[in-house]
Amino acid sequence: MNILASIRIALRALRINKLRSALTMLGIIIGVAAVITMIAVGSGAQQRIEDQIKGLGTNLIILLPGSTTSGGARMGAGSRNTLTEEDAYAIQRDVPAVQASAPTLRGTGQVVGGTANWSTVFYGVTPEYFEARNWVVAQGKGFEPADIAGAAKVALLGDTVVRNLFGETDPIGQVVRIRKVPFIVIGTLEKKGQSLMGQDQDDVILMPISTARKRVLGQGAGRLRTVGSVSIKVRDGEDMAEAEAQIRSLLRQRHRIQQDREDDFTLRNLSEVLATREESSRIMGLLLAAVASVSLLVGGIGIMNIMLVSVTERTREIGLRMAVGARGRDILTQFLVEAITLALIGGLLGIALGVGGSVAISQFVGWPIALGIEPVVLAVGFAAGIGIFFGFYPARKASRLLPIEALRYE
Amino acid sequence: MPTPLITTRDLSKTYELGGFVVQALRGVSLDIYAGEFVAVMGPSGSGKSTFMNLLGCLDTPTSGEYLLAGERISGLDSDALAGIRNRRIGFVFQSFNLLPRTSALENIALPLLYCGVPAEARNRRAAASLAEVGLADRGHHHPAQLSGGQQQRVAIARALVNEPVLILADEPTGALDTLTSCEVMALLQQLNARGMTVILVTHEHDIAEFAKRVVTFRDGRVVEDRAVEKPRDAAALAIELRAEQPA
Repeated sequence: MNILASIRIALRALRINKLRSALTMLGIIIGVAAVITMIAVGSGAQQRIEDQIKGLGTNLIILLPGSTTSGGARMGAGSRNTLTEEDAYAIQRDVPAVQASAPTLRGTGQVVGGTANWSTVFYGVTPEYFEARNWVVAQGKGFEPADIAGAAKVALLGDTVVRNLFGETDPIGQVVRIRKVPFIVIGTLEKKGQSLMGQDQDDVILMPISTARKRVLGQGAGRLRTVGSVSIKVRDGEDMAEAEAQIRSLLRQRHRIQQDREDDFTLRNLSEVLATREESSRIMGLLLAAVASVSLLVGGIGIMNIMLVSVTERTREIGLRMAVGARGRDILTQFLVEAITLALIGGLLGIALGVGGSVAISQFVGWPIALGIEPVVLAVGFAAGIGIFFGFYPARKASRLLPIEALRYE
Repeated sequence: MPTPLITTRDLSKTYELGGFVVQALRGVSLDIYAGEFVAVMGPSGSGKSTFMNLLGCLDTPTSGEYLLAGERISGLDSDALAGIRNRRIGFVFQSFNLLPRTSALENIALPLLYCGVPAEARNRRAAASLAEVGLADRGHHHPAQLSGGQQQRVAIARALVNEPVLILADEPTGALDTLTSCEVMALLQQLNARGMTVILVTHEHDIAEFAKRVVTFRDGRVVEDRAVEKPRDAAALAIELRAEQPA
């Protein structure tokens, strides 16, 4: 007996008990839909965190100056001016694992432009900063090496600053006064949104580091060109810990720190925090999928239950089929195909419901979802597997009936 | 003398029912030749049904020999028995045993499904078999839409479809009225007249008289084996009965 004939027989048997078949399928439908939805929601959350990490730079190391001690009270990271621009350039030059090393000066101040004013953060940066922190110029252009060398009074505005100062008008070529120093806006920055800590990353102005030092912060007189921090991007595929060790040894050498003394700088690796978050969201996703799998299992037991009832009910039919020449394996195939058909139809409906449910969740609840082909394939495979696993016992029971006893069954 | 179609030697069957040992068959030795029409008679519990089930390969004997067309049946495995039931034996049951909600044609084609006949040939052969029992126009009716006599004729068509050497009919008229019984017996006589071997189990003397030979069982043994001098003609009787019925 071929498989097509078996499927036809199975479909007819399922049609005869429509309500029963539908209710049995419901278990599988709900199970598969739950698995798909939970995986979609779980991996959606994970994907969002991954995106945030990428936006921040997974391979980003922040280098901060060390702390000062004032009257016994240690003042915290960055309170001493131990880092210089030259340190940053040396890291770029001497540590091969480093892709970009960007010295940064930070300041805050009132900005006047257009018809409004706004208090914001500004950073004095070099062109490497864009690479290290994944900033993209949305309109206009970025800084040229000449802007850095000549301490040009040019600035790039973040999206929030643009909206607060200029509204809908084009800011390029306009003049803004940052702490009363006039700057020409040469470009705007692509929107980044909130950081993981909830800060608005677009409320920012970028200017050449030399300009910030000499014209805004007024540090021109100092012999050392100190910086507030250095953003270091490690090349893809390089080991973060190894890169950190190399940077540390280079800086200790440059700062002439004795073997037994503490570093006068701090290295921070942001991805560690995020890796923890990612891990917890991954576990959450797995947990959701595990709970959903339980409902799939329950659905499978429903199939087994109904197949056992079906075998008992149709004992005479089995006897007749055997009398006209069905072998044990024909009967086994028939009931197995019936169970698999039940599970597969349920599985397909479950996929439709699961995909629909996931889309509805993203539409109405606003959670991010990630629908891949893998969970769908997994669900179909799982449904077929359940059909085989839970259908096998009843089918084997049917195939082992003795023809004469099956025929006489009342 | 040609080889018998069926040979049994000391065929015995013992059941165990709730601790009691029941000797359903106590050594039956019988030869049946191709083309015979045998009625197996006896009261209930005489072992006639057990004998029938053994002949039909639905059950296996406890001891003794059974040869079908010279081939030794006792000792074959269940798949081989299924093959013999499929190709060499056609069954007709008292309760028809048609699959519900399944058309007459599909019911008839059932044995062909289990020996790998392609769908197109299945349909053709089922239709031919249905025409043979005179129900060519009822192919798409479900059993519930057919009368008892028609259902039994569909069942006979199913028994015939795989061109068996032997028809085994277990109380085929048990659930039918007199006229319909006569019609079914007429059909079996007609098949026998064309050379088909028919073995019929019944407890009604009237029905047994349609056969050419009557074997009587009692307590698991054959107590009488006689030829019927002049078998009754079922077709003629059916015409008579039909004429008697009020219009």
